[in-house]
Amino acid sequence: MLKIENLSVSYGGIKALRNVSLEVTEGEIVTLIGANGAGKSTTLRSIVGLVKAHEGHIEFNGKNILGLQTNKIIEEGITLVPEGRRVFPDLTVLENIKIGAYLRSDDLTDDINWVYDIFPRLKERSWQLAGTLSGGEQQMLAVARALMSHPKLLMMDEPSLGLAPLVIRDIFNVIREINKQGVTILLIEQNANMALKIADTAYVLETGNITMSGTGSELLADERIKEAYLGKSKNK
Amino acid sequence: MEFIASILMSGISLGGQYALIAIGYTMVYGILRLINFAHGDVFMVAGMVLIYMVASVPWYISIPLAIIATILLGFVIERAAYLPLRSAPRMSVMISAIGVSYLLQNLMTYITAGQPMYYPDIPFLSDTVPVFGTETQWAKLITPVIVIVLIVALTQLINHTKIGMAMRAVSKDFETSRLMGIKINKVISVTFIIGSALAAVGSVLYFTNFSVIVPTSGALPGLRAFVAAVFGGIGSVPGAVVGAFVIGICESIIRGTSFATFSDAFTFALLIIILVVKPTGLFGEKITDKV
Ligand SMILES: Nc1ncnc2c1ncn2[C@@H]1O[C@H](COP(=O)(O)OP(=O)(O)OP(=O)(O)O)[C@@H](O)[C@H]1O
Ligand SMILES: [Mg+2]
Repeated sequence: MLKIENLSVSYGGIKALRNVSLEVTEGEIVTLIGANGAGKSTTLRSIVGLVKAHEGHIEFNGKNILGLQTNKIIEEGITLVPEGRRVFPDLTVLENIKIGAYLRSDDLTDDINWVYDIFPRLKERSWQLAGTLSGGEQQMLAVARALMSHPKLLMMDEPSLGLAPLVIRDIFNVIREINKQGVTILLIEQNANMALKIADTAYVLETGNITMSGTGSELLADERIKEAYLGKSKNK
Repeated sequence: MEFIASILMSGISLGGQYALIAIGYTMVYGILRLINFAHGDVFMVAGMVLIYMVASVPWYISIPLAIIATILLGFVIERAAYLPLRSAPRMSVMISAIGVSYLLQNLMTYITAGQPMYYPDIPFLSDTVPVFGTETQWAKLITPVIVIVLIVALTQLINHTKIGMAMRAVSKDFETSRLMGIKINKVISVTFIIGSALAAVGSVLYFTNFSVIVPTSGALPGLRAFVAAVFGGIGSVPGAVVGAFVIGICESIIRGTSFATFSDAFTFALLIIILVVKPTGLFGEKITDKV
């Protein structure tokens, strides 16, 4: 579904990604793990065109999307839940949900009900300003907002960031649930343990290079991964 | 009593006219964090365009045409002078705005050959009516009504339409707005279009009170409206409106006393006091840098 080949990105001369190649198969949960500064966010941001890549190819459903404007890429069916949630603080919960469907002009009622079913907490807080939600609620809102565009591919940048273990579990359950409903998922996580458990395919990114890939369970069992990413119990 | 009523009436109408200019400053600041120094000159150009239009077509066609021309001007200025600097430091954009301001003034000096231009009498607007025992122009009388109608319409647009929602989103976060599929340049253009259209309406109401205008005629009303926007909390539309009425009414009151020549000194003293006491203005939010 998504095919990245030899993607290189630099920020003012400093290379953040070097020849990154990865593939996302339709229907799967794919995860990309790596340490801080490895280039995970940069990868997602270049897929949606927020960062301009220098070299490489990005193909989505057989169509080249590299160099397209962000709104065109969103129209193709890709969406990104950005790092740090980035809900619009002055908009109400409902407005945040509606703005996720900005490119659509059809009736939203069914979809609003759909995301409210997934996140009942948001329904109770429909009229609250998003800036006053708790961190976990903001993350749910960010996911709900992304779902409103009916993505074929939903990309999430560290959805567990700064959340309590119980809330993280909720979020991961939702990710699985959304995936079961047919949405392909590309998930970035520092919480390697949880990410690998739900992933069909996983990639490891280290200082701008893909150094390992395999199925979620393969990597979960790999000694090097255990040492580098699952070692200390900070993920637990 | 009549004296007080007439001062209040001019104050309110002056305030309304400043409000129409101040909204342009505050909306552009809200979305781009840019003080659009050229806005007062756009206001002046609107007046000049009307003068040239009225010379050849009837006023009821001239006014809409002048408004459309002003909208085009605002749109073109943004595309040509600000859009290419979208990722440049904010100071560069400000300097570009100052450049546009001088460009418009000089262009108008060239076109008018430096002659003051006679502002035409517009039927109805320039006619006088007796109110509270004094005579006043229709323009003054209907200004508050027009201002209220436009502000209600604008508030509806900002709070209850899709483009309004996009404007609020873009003014907070460019990048996430892009992720929603919003074309931010289009939203910014719409902001300039609204600001220019309101300034053009303000210009018709404001200049009706004057016999001539010159290329620098936009500078002072522009500056006063800017002070109004800062007073109300730049970035806030209700703030700009309240600030404009405060400035307009104070100006009229001072004009009616023996301190008339100090009215602008008062306005700018108010600016200094606000900046010292409450830099965010009446309704302003904390100034945050946009990522
Ligand atoms: N806008 C930018 N300008 C300059 N350098 C940047 C920019 N954004 C990211 N970088 C650099 O690119 C590298 C990769 O950053 P990226 O944000 O992709 O890392 P990450 O894997 O998402 O890290 P984290 O887990 O901390 O979010 C880092 O060295 C970072 O400093
Ligand atoms: Mg990151």
